[in-house]
Amino acid sequence: MALERLDDLYRDAILEHRRNPRNADKLEDFDTTGDAVNPFCGDEIHLQLKQDDKGRITAVGLQGEGCSINRASGSMMSEAAKGKTPTEIRALTDWVRKLMQGDPEAESQLSPEGDLRNLFGVREYPIRIKCALLPWSALDEALSKLSDG
Amino acid sequence: MLDVSKIREDFPILSKKVYDGQPLIWLDSAATSQKPRSVIQSIVDYYEGFNANVHRGVHALSIESTAAFEDARQKVADFIGAESSECIIWTRNTTESINLVAHTWAQENIHAGDEILVTALEHHSNLVPWQKVARDKKATLRIIPLAKDQSLDLSEIDTLINPRTKLVAMVQKSNSIGTTNPVKELAAKARAVGAAVLVDGAQSVPHMPVDVADIDCDFLAFSGHKMLGPTGIGVLYVKHDILERMEPFLRGGDMVLEVSYEDASWNSLPWRFEAGTPNMAGAIGMGAAIDYLNGLGMENVRDHDIQLTKHALDSFKELEEELEIYGPKDPALRSGVVSFHHPDVHPHDLGTVLDRRGIAIRTGHHCTMPLVRSLGVPATARASFYLYNTNEEVDALLDGIKEALRYFGNGAGTAG
Repeated sequence: MALERLDDLYRDAILEHRRNPRNADKLEDFDTTGDAVNPFCGDEIHLQLKQDDKGRITAVGLQGEGCSINRASGSMMSEAAKGKTPTEIRALTDWVRKLMQGDPEAESQLSPEGDLRNLFGVREYPIRIKCALLPWSALDEALSKLSDG
Repeated sequence: MLDVSKIREDFPILSKKVYDGQPLIWLDSAATSQKPRSVIQSIVDYYEGFNANVHRGVHALSIESTAAFEDARQKVADFIGAESSECIIWTRNTTESINLVAHTWAQENIHAGDEILVTALEHHSNLVPWQKVARDKKATLRIIPLAKDQSLDLSEIDTLINPRTKLVAMVQKSNSIGTTNPVKELAAKARAVGAAVLVDGAQSVPHMPVDVADIDCDFLAFSGHKMLGPTGIGVLYVKHDILERMEPFLRGGDMVLEVSYEDASWNSLPWRFEAGTPNMAGAIGMGAAIDYLNGLGMENVRDHDIQLTKHALDSFKELEEELEIYGPKDPALRSGVVSFHHPDVHPHDLGTVLDRRGIAIRTGHHCTMPLVRSLGVPATARASFYLYNTNEEVDALLDGIKEALRYFGNGAGTAG
């Protein structure tokens, strides 16, 4: 049945993140922000980041409008970014992008972020890759505004 | 009444299976229609039998291709009730047709302080060109707003159409939500103040009888590929006495009469507006598409659309409380398109679930961004029908929507 294959895209973890998005509250106290919009589908992402004195991300706020892939990817990203330095986050972003582009090396690399691996299925749906990457564009923008970025 | 099962045999693509054997259910004809074998064959016949440049050669093939090319033009003229085939200009598509008017007629006829009136239902192709003309000419672009049911709100129409109005440019049938506009009544009001009338017929000409003399419009723009024809061929109809006075758009080969190194004079109509080698195969394919539509009868095509739309609106009542369906409820005021949104299921997710069941719909803003924003949603899901669709396919759509609701709706479990 067709929907069994759909489960590869809409894994339980994706549906769960979509229903209970993490770090959804807007941060009032933040060090940087990033936004991303996909005008073709109307999806938008608004991100706030807070750092500690060593530059590590201690808090993330993520709000927006979007499909389940976009929302779940953003929610997983917000969890993964916490506790990392901008340099570590950039490496992670790079890995996610390569994963989406079907880079076999990225696929074989085990990520410590278990939930993020559930985004694998998106590769089979080229039109949806943009949905998955939209939150990561907002993250790029937020990091680029940091002085130590 | 259309014999749909017989019609479907004429469309090779409709027997295609997608993914793991799902029969294709094509509910995206507002984006592009599928093509009957006769249209595909006409293009093959052209390339295999008489491919030659038109209006140029003294040889047998050029005479044959010119005759077929001009014969297709006459078919278009007859199909829309044009006074002469001289009024039919081949373009690439509706967008190019409208831009041609914006770059020629509008440059001579729109001045500072004038008003251009469009509707809130316009496709970007009948909005963005007029934004530029208005800006360049210091004219004002005005919009006929929408009523609650997304039909046009005509309560202020006698203020909106006034002596400053120089052009009323309006879509006859909304690609986004299916609303059918009263273009004939609006054209009469435009006439009364001396304004010109442009009708965007991209969705109406393929789906219902359209007669330019009856509407009394000056311009009608439409595309071949939405009416069973090939891509890359479109039409601009221009009323004869206006066309005679219009400056050429593109300049070059075939549109000239006599050329010296210093100057040139223009060819007669309509070739004055067709610089360069035209899309011969496309025009011939469009002629074959018109033959096919004439064989069915446009009243029958329209009635089939209305019947399918009615069936869809009736069936969707089951989900009435959760599903927002846009556009007038009366199938006489809308047809061929059902656009909807569910708060729990993003249109992209719905589109993906349906796609895996073989059902092709469109999700997004349908090139009507201001309209979809005014509905208060980021995007809608749009199913669009044509002469080869069946009630069973509409039922499959509803089943697919219900499946998606089980998947995503209301925090329930995962796959059903």
